[in-house]
Amino acid sequence: MDTNTRQDGASGTDAATPTEHTGSSRREFLGQSGRVAAGVGVAALLGNLGQYALSYGAGGPPIKIGILHSLSGTMAISEVSLRDVVLMAVEEINKAGGVMGRQIEAKIVDPASNWDLFAEKAKQLLLEDKVSVVFGCWTSVSRKSVLPVFEKNNGLLFYPVQYEGEECSRNVFYTGAAVNQQAAPAVEYLMSPEGGNYKKFYLLGTDYVYPRTTNKILRAMLLAKKVPAANIEEEYTPFHHQDYQTICGKIKKFAAGGGAAVISTINGDSNVPFYKEFGNQGLRAEDAPIMAFSVAEDELRGMDTSALVGHLAAWNYYQSVDTPQNKKFVANFKAYCKRNNLPDGENRVTDDPIEAAYFGVYVWKQAVEKAGSIEVDAVRKAVYGQKFLAPGGQIMMDEANQHTHKPVLIGEILKNGQLKVVHRSKGLVKPEPWSEYTNPEKGCDWINHQGTYQKK
Amino acid sequence: MIRLAHVPTYVRALALVTCLPIGLTLPSALAADDVAPGPAPVVAPATPIEHALRDITSEDAAVRSAAAALLIEKGDASLLPKLDEIRAEADRATRQALKPVIDLLKNHANLTSAQSDTRRSAAADLVGTGRPEAIAWLEQAAAKESVWWVKYTMEESAQLLQLRADAHTVRMGAVTKLGELRSQNGLSALKELADAGAQSGATDEQRALADAAQASITQIDAWSWWAGALETLFRGISLSSILLMMSLGLAIVFGLMGVINMAHGELMMVGAYATFVTQQAFVGWVSPELFDWYFPVALPVAFLAAAAFGWVLEATVIRFLYGRLLETLLATWGVSLILMQAARVYFGDLTAVIAPQALRGGAQVMVGVYLPYNRIFIILLSIVCVLGIYFLLFRSNLGIRVRSVTQNRNMSACLGIPTRKVDSYTFAFASGLAGVAGWALTMVGNVDPGLGQNYIVDAFMVVVTGGVGKLAGTIWASLGIGGLNKLIEPVSGAVYGKVFILVGVILFLQWRPQGLFAAKGRNADA
Repeated sequence: MDTNTRQDGASGTDAATPTEHTGSSRREFLGQSGRVAAGVGVAALLGNLGQYALSYGAGGPPIKIGILHSLSGTMAISEVSLRDVVLMAVEEINKAGGVMGRQIEAKIVDPASNWDLFAEKAKQLLLEDKVSVVFGCWTSVSRKSVLPVFEKNNGLLFYPVQYEGEECSRNVFYTGAAVNQQAAPAVEYLMSPEGGNYKKFYLLGTDYVYPRTTNKILRAMLLAKKVPAANIEEEYTPFHHQDYQTICGKIKKFAAGGGAAVISTINGDSNVPFYKEFGNQGLRAEDAPIMAFSVAEDELRGMDTSALVGHLAAWNYYQSVDTPQNKKFVANFKAYCKRNNLPDGENRVTDDPIEAAYFGVYVWKQAVEKAGSIEVDAVRKAVYGQKFLAPGGQIMMDEANQHTHKPVLIGEILKNGQLKVVHRSKGLVKPEPWSEYTNPEKGCDWINHQGTYQKK
Repeated sequence: MIRLAHVPTYVRALALVTCLPIGLTLPSALAADDVAPGPAPVVAPATPIEHALRDITSEDAAVRSAAAALLIEKGDASLLPKLDEIRAEADRATRQALKPVIDLLKNHANLTSAQSDTRRSAAADLVGTGRPEAIAWLEQAAAKESVWWVKYTMEESAQLLQLRADAHTVRMGAVTKLGELRSQNGLSALKELADAGAQSGATDEQRALADAAQASITQIDAWSWWAGALETLFRGISLSSILLMMSLGLAIVFGLMGVINMAHGELMMVGAYATFVTQQAFVGWVSPELFDWYFPVALPVAFLAAAAFGWVLEATVIRFLYGRLLETLLATWGVSLILMQAARVYFGDLTAVIAPQALRGGAQVMVGVYLPYNRIFIILLSIVCVLGIYFLLFRSNLGIRVRSVTQNRNMSACLGIPTRKVDSYTFAFASGLAGVAGWALTMVGNVDPGLGQNYIVDAFMVVVTGGVGKLAGTIWASLGIGGLNKLIEPVSGAVYGKVFILVGVILFLQWRPQGLFAAKGRNADA
């Protein structure tokens, strides 16, 4: 079958450019190209077999893992980087001898930014390809869409993006931040003397589940910290909103007299018109800083940063973090992108979700080695309490709630699209999927309880 | 040398005054004593400022604050590099002690800067420091200031600082003055004063202040209502001008030629990417001082690029589908998907267009009304485009041909008008207009493959509401939709604002399916 298509392809070329082969007759050429193609096919097959045999010899058949990130559609811009970094981690691990002596084989599917397709592709990975773990998803809605699939088939998903919490699934490990590891500390920082003693907060977001839930928690937290309700403003815009005149006008009025900050959960392409309008209406980062939770280095690559300089962002990792392992990680990622001819090559940057996706692969590897098995239940137990020296510093998987202990870093946006760390949490922050402000009675624990439980 | 002798005592005294109540020792001041009579006094002349510079890194909070106070009192802008140097290596406590000093010195120096923007922000920032010393600086600077808006900010800041004074008469004066200035920034402070006076147990002075504050608040509120109305009006016009820019090309293609061009948004995208490419060419080959010229240069580039795309599109797809609405719709939709994915593959997401310096920021036309330059620019551009189209369609040879072909194709052909050529020119021109819209939109939004999709629905909405085939209809419809949108948005929020507009358009078209301006005569049902 393979040789046939090759032959057809070759004869097609031949028909299109007959003058190139004046030395031999058409029939001869067809026969030749057919033989060459067959030879190539056999060689490729042998090569594959050889590799297969080699990997068998090394300790067993390769371990299959799934990568479930959108490679086309609107989310591709963000998610392609995660696929790249997971493949890079796989390559590193394979080079270093694999997991328990077995090579890893990545199975990549493209859910095309389509939430229904996410569930379908997840099913394909778990049931047809029988992968032992899946690294994937970006938006909360895609995660919610695959959740039933993973729970029903007892799959294992590593989810690398910061999210709104209020979830406690046995089949998902969350390597991104929960609300108390990003949004809440960022607002606490703004309220502190070091952060500028801000007293008024404008919560601005895109109209979907992550901003709504985050702002609900932030509002409860601000009220608990004795910020009067009159000093909290909450507003949402549709996806792809372009005209921020009215909102910036409102912010200006709100910020008059000082002491006001904007908490932005605006997502995607609306950020550029927002920051541009903000600057053009004469608002400065000194008057009212914008603290953003969805703007990282990868997004800054495509923006005119002059409008963003001095504004803030909150994450658990930045490319500028000064650790030896991060220097190596950044250099490796750039080299990897260049070597594989990925778009933008060595101009690529790393950011928080990229780092979280990267160390997720290593955490899984350590857990598999600890468990001595790739069975989901055994691996899950082994993940609890797992530690890893991630590019941004030591991280630790929680003992019971499937989330990750991470440091919180507040960064200031610089002209070159990088972020300078202006504040760092003391040690690692324990993740709380259920916020103490909105759901104080709930907890998440898969060791002593069955997932979400009522405290006391 | 004489100064040297008494300097340490001065510092010590100053530090002592602040430290005595807490009973702290003075390690750094004593250390300074050791240094002063040292062997090389000429090399290290210890002025009070230098002592303070040393003390500010002290472990002792009181010593630090004393040093900071001295630096504020005696220091000037020449210290800034040194302070920044200290700050770079300092721990958090020192940094916090340094912050007010640096802020104050920097802003004091900036009050006489050559840039009016810097002077203004310095004046605004001095309020944040809350230091009474700044009042005199601000008043001096205001007396010399020539730009009214900077002068206004300086006066406002001085009054805001005086509001914190102890003397009742000074505060009273500041309250009335802030009212006269219509100070938006003073509103929160005035409200606090008014609330304080309303509480039981308020002193007579507080009550008098509260009354005055209340009067000022009324004054400010009345003013800001008008300012708000003006700003809303401007925003409405600005949004209308953007809508108009997007729909002009579509009005010609859809209205005059009867082609539903779903790829119109992607032609705007072509214009935007042409702007980006021009910018990159300038980055690569032209000296940085001339960088801002990329923007005017990009205008013809965007027009021609989009016109070329349109020309090819017409020649290869649309010419075979004239008069078959559904087929053109599907075919152009396909073309738009191809263009979008091509842009995604070829350009990726690294496509930031940097606004030229002249179009950043805005103009303060009166207290409370600030108009961004980029928006003023787009409003003017849309007026120019409308005039250009008017002359082209109604005052030029090509225009007469276009209109005659629209009205009666066969008769025009009989009279010797090359209808094929007219079609392709008209389509290319309309596409070029889309390119110009894309060029202008890089000033407000971003350049990405989804750009066209964001605007195409709005553009169709405007053209249909205005009445197909009528230029005036398009203009009025964009003014109506843009204006209404901005009128509703402050009340309803952005999400429901959009919903209301769409519902309004649906209802309007139920009532008047032909749109605002109906085409009359024989070609009405063509």
